[in-house]
Amino acid sequence: MRKLFLLLALSLTSINAFAETPEEKGLAIAVEADRRDLGFGDFTADMLMILKNKQGEESTRVVRVQNLEVKDDGDKSLSIFDEPADVKGTTMLTYSHKVEDDDQWMYLPALKRVKRIASDNKSGSYMGSEFAYEDIGSQEVEKYTYKYLRDEVIEGQPCFVVERYPVNKNSGYKRQVTWIDKAEYRPWKIDFYDRKDSLLKTLTIKGYKQYLKKHWRPDEMFMVNHQTGKSTLLKWSNYKFHAGLTDADFTQESLKRAR
Amino acid sequence: MMKKSCRAGFVRLILSVACIAGVQPFAHAAELEERRPLSLPEAGERTALPLSDPRGRERFMPTDTRKKESERLRGVPIDAGKWSGFVALESRLFAQEALFPEQSGTQSSFVLQPEYYKKWDGGKQSFTFVPFYRYDQRDPERTHFDVREFTWLNVGKRHEWRVGIRKVFWGVTESQHLVDIINQTDLVENPDGEDKLGQPMINLALIRDWGTLDLFVLPGFRERTFPGPKGRLRLPLLVDTSQTRYESDQKWRRVDLAARWSHTLGDWDIGLSHFAGTSREPLLLPVLSPLGFPVALAPYYPLINQTGLDLQYAAGSWLWKLEAIYRSGFGPKSYAASTAGLEYTLSGVFGTGMDLGLLAEYLYDERGKRATTPFQDDVFAGMRLGFNDVQSTEMLMGVIFDRTTSGRFYNVEASRRIGNNWKLNLEARAYAGLPPTDILYGLRKDDYFQLELARYF
Repeated sequence: MRKLFLLLALSLTSINAFAETPEEKGLAIAVEADRRDLGFGDFTADMLMILKNKQGEESTRVVRVQNLEVKDDGDKSLSIFDEPADVKGTTMLTYSHKVEDDDQWMYLPALKRVKRIASDNKSGSYMGSEFAYEDIGSQEVEKYTYKYLRDEVIEGQPCFVVERYPVNKNSGYKRQVTWIDKAEYRPWKIDFYDRKDSLLKTLTIKGYKQYLKKHWRPDEMFMVNHQTGKSTLLKWSNYKFHAGLTDADFTQESLKRAR
Repeated sequence: MMKKSCRAGFVRLILSVACIAGVQPFAHAAELEERRPLSLPEAGERTALPLSDPRGRERFMPTDTRKKESERLRGVPIDAGKWSGFVALESRLFAQEALFPEQSGTQSSFVLQPEYYKKWDGGKQSFTFVPFYRYDQRDPERTHFDVREFTWLNVGKRHEWRVGIRKVFWGVTESQHLVDIINQTDLVENPDGEDKLGQPMINLALIRDWGTLDLFVLPGFRERTFPGPKGRLRLPLLVDTSQTRYESDQKWRRVDLAARWSHTLGDWDIGLSHFAGTSREPLLLPVLSPLGFPVALAPYYPLINQTGLDLQYAAGSWLWKLEAIYRSGFGPKSYAASTAGLEYTLSGVFGTGMDLGLLAEYLYDERGKRATTPFQDDVFAGMRLGFNDVQSTEMLMGVIFDRTTSGRFYNVEASRRIGNNWKLNLEARAYAGLPPTDILYGLRKDDYFQLELARYF
């Protein structure tokens, strides 16, 4: 009798374990990925964008990025544009939020003017590239709902394949399929499906390096638009964690003088 | 590629200087160079290099040691300045025959605006120099030189000093800028009045939890520029700047004062400002001939007090904007004026990645017909189109409609990058239905189309 009870209890626990729905598992993976990157504090990095059109013509953008982790909210970030030359000195400040619209300001050096940007433009192109603002912004767990699909090995790495659905109605996507490696919970590939649910873009991420023995950051992000044939290669370099940034470096004042 | 090799050269330079300063042990220096030969920060950030190695020893140091080391490093003067800027050719084509025989149907000019920038002290101090020169083919008054910027900046933890010649912009609306008052308008540049002359100033910004308080001491007044007899876009009577008069006995030497508090509270941006000093806007008084006919206009700069409010609220695709001023000392009576409006942005219009911004503003001036600006009871409607393409193509179209006189002012601006370093700017302006009582009446024959090709460096 006792044995039977134990058996029953055991089987119940295993049923419980199996009872984790694909949605719960998807969310758990996202939460774990987020947890593993907590506590980066702040970092600066250089970003080189190479935009390529269907004919293979290239143009480049050079941006320096500063990022500050904000407890219980989205990150703050400040971007300084160095190239092309006509936008040199333009800076952009973003206070991202978990669910609500981000706050965003742009400083135009020729006019010495700080302009607030209407905050719900998620799907707009970032500097004419194939990256939308929502692709490049701070990735918060709360910005999506999730569904675990399957396990799959890509480039020799066992990955979770998780589908996620943007919460914000202004998102340009119906869903995204993400490949996240089981070892370190880093995204390696994302398929973006537009509002009509046709495949729009694919992002592949390469060259992860670990900083402060904890935080993984990639060297390259390559976005290809299947519908237009255009692509954008984003090369990251010069990551510096704990650069000593504080809230004071993410104000409209600092926006005006950053360069 | 050249940049890379230069950078590698810089490493050696930095390291040798750092060693002289007794900061960087040789062993570590060599290790550092080996590890990150090509990923150096830009020239301006060089002093921060040894501190910033993400895997270096730096993060294992106790905080106070780290601080001391960074302080010592900041004293090393190894930042090189950088030049940038642009040159441009501009051509204006006027649609109608000029009002006066000395004016021409076309007007071309050349402009050069280099910029020198240098920062040191770990970015806590910087120096900016922006000279400006325009040569105009027709109007000697438009051929002019100015120092747009010559500033030393010092950033503290909770304050910032800016000393020198600078430009400051305050405000949120698009059709006119009432609150913006620190700089004088460089009117010969463009009739829209958005170009400004450099203003000498000492500016202290106090950055606190309750917002930013900017205090300004403004020594030295700049006179507004006006087109000469050969220039278009001018009043029928010429402004004679040799007859400029001031209310203040100290004339242009008077030291003016200004302050502004600004703060961001979630979706709200708010600014409250006050200016006390010589008005940037002149009263234009007729100069009479011995027979009593007006032959010219003389600028008169009175002493004014102006309090300004600018307010902006962001809600989804909507931006709500308000600017209001109260000015005394300018003319016989104190008055209020304001601009209020909104901007609605549609993203991804026409099934493309384009943004469409719709703008509407109401322009009000309490003085009504006696207002010294053309916008006393006017409505502005406009449209901004951002193509979000590789060339950053943009277009702004708008009309300001005078509800009292039915006069209309049309404006189109567009720009597009060509390659990586060129930019084409287009501008078209037209005036319609202006009655003789409208201030803009003198411009009724001055509809124009302008093309500017700029090369950035």
